[in-house]
Amino acid sequence: MNVVIMGCGRVGSRVATLLDDEGHQVSVIDTNQAAFSRLPADFRGGTILGTGIDEDVLRSAGIEEADAFLSLTEGDNRNIMAAQVAREVFGVREVVARIYDPAREEIYRGLGLDTICPTRLIGDLVREKLAAAVER
Amino acid sequence: MYILIVGGGKVGYYLTKTLVTEGSHEVLLIEQNPRKVEVYAERFGSVVVQGKGDEVATLAAAGAARADVVIAVTGDDEDNLVICQVAKRRFNVARTIARINNPKNEDLFRRLGIDSTISATNVLLNLIEQLIPQRHFVHLMTLRHADLAIVEGDIPAGSPVAGQTLAEIPFPAGVVIAAIHRGAELILPTGSTELLEGDEVIAVTKRDQESALRELLTAD
Repeated sequence: MNVVIMGCGRVGSRVATLLDDEGHQVSVIDTNQAAFSRLPADFRGGTILGTGIDEDVLRSAGIEEADAFLSLTEGDNRNIMAAQVAREVFGVREVVARIYDPAREEIYRGLGLDTICPTRLIGDLVREKLAAAVER
Repeated sequence: MYILIVGGGKVGYYLTKTLVTEGSHEVLLIEQNPRKVEVYAERFGSVVVQGKGDEVATLAAAGAARADVVIAVTGDDEDNLVICQVAKRRFNVARTIARINNPKNEDLFRRLGIDSTISATNVLLNLIEQLIPQRHFVHLMTLRHADLAIVEGDIPAGSPVAGQTLAEIPFPAGVVIAAIHRGAELILPTGSTELLEGDEVIAVTKRDQESALRELLTAD
């Protein structure tokens, strides 16, 4: 599978590394060159300096042949916009956007975007753990 | 009209100032920098609120649900996109206007449901295009909803269409010649109007026929 990842932070670099280990063709985009140092030395994928909301940057990351696009930067709006570019302009089949703000996540999930909201996920996990502790 | 402006940079500042001075609309500016908000509030009164305009709670508190227009003029295209989309989807705002920096985002924003975009870059590019004297064919404006453009073209010396009537010229489908400037005269043409060298032709064209029309008129 060809995968383009925007954002080489902790999550982005981890996902890139895992997919690379599994043998997928991975390209990672980040605006900060230093972020790529989070990737292991034996990382075989590509690294592209730039912002993933720019069509030209996405093109040079190989978005036209991509089976999946993951927007995993710290910025909700950047993730949302890049995901929509990947879906609407390049017709990428699997597009996932990380959105921290639950209110925004709900809106874009309603618009058919595949979203992950860490805030909601962690909130739910903490609540479950607490509920389990109370039961014991 | 209730106009909600997001982003208190220079554009947002002067937009708010002008609209407030005009006095015919209700205006509210959302700006996230508390210091700017303080300064603006001193100048304009209580038409400035502090908050992040891309957050649902801020927009709700600002009364986005009853806003007629939301104008997003922050410095970042992605923020302006999300502000307008949230205004539209969550608060059913009838008209959203986004400032864009990357001219390539104009088409994208339209596809993503933004009603209007303003790009200083594009405005300047169009002005520059009109200033270049050798250019025989100039894009004047794009009509958003119909996917039409208004263009202006000179009929240069040696143009293959000079001396022919409009009815004789094989215009591409989807092109209408709206007016002809001949010296000081403005002609509203019919099929029997002849095109002459030196005429300035103003045409309404489907955007995908723009280059075909350019080639026909100027033989470029």
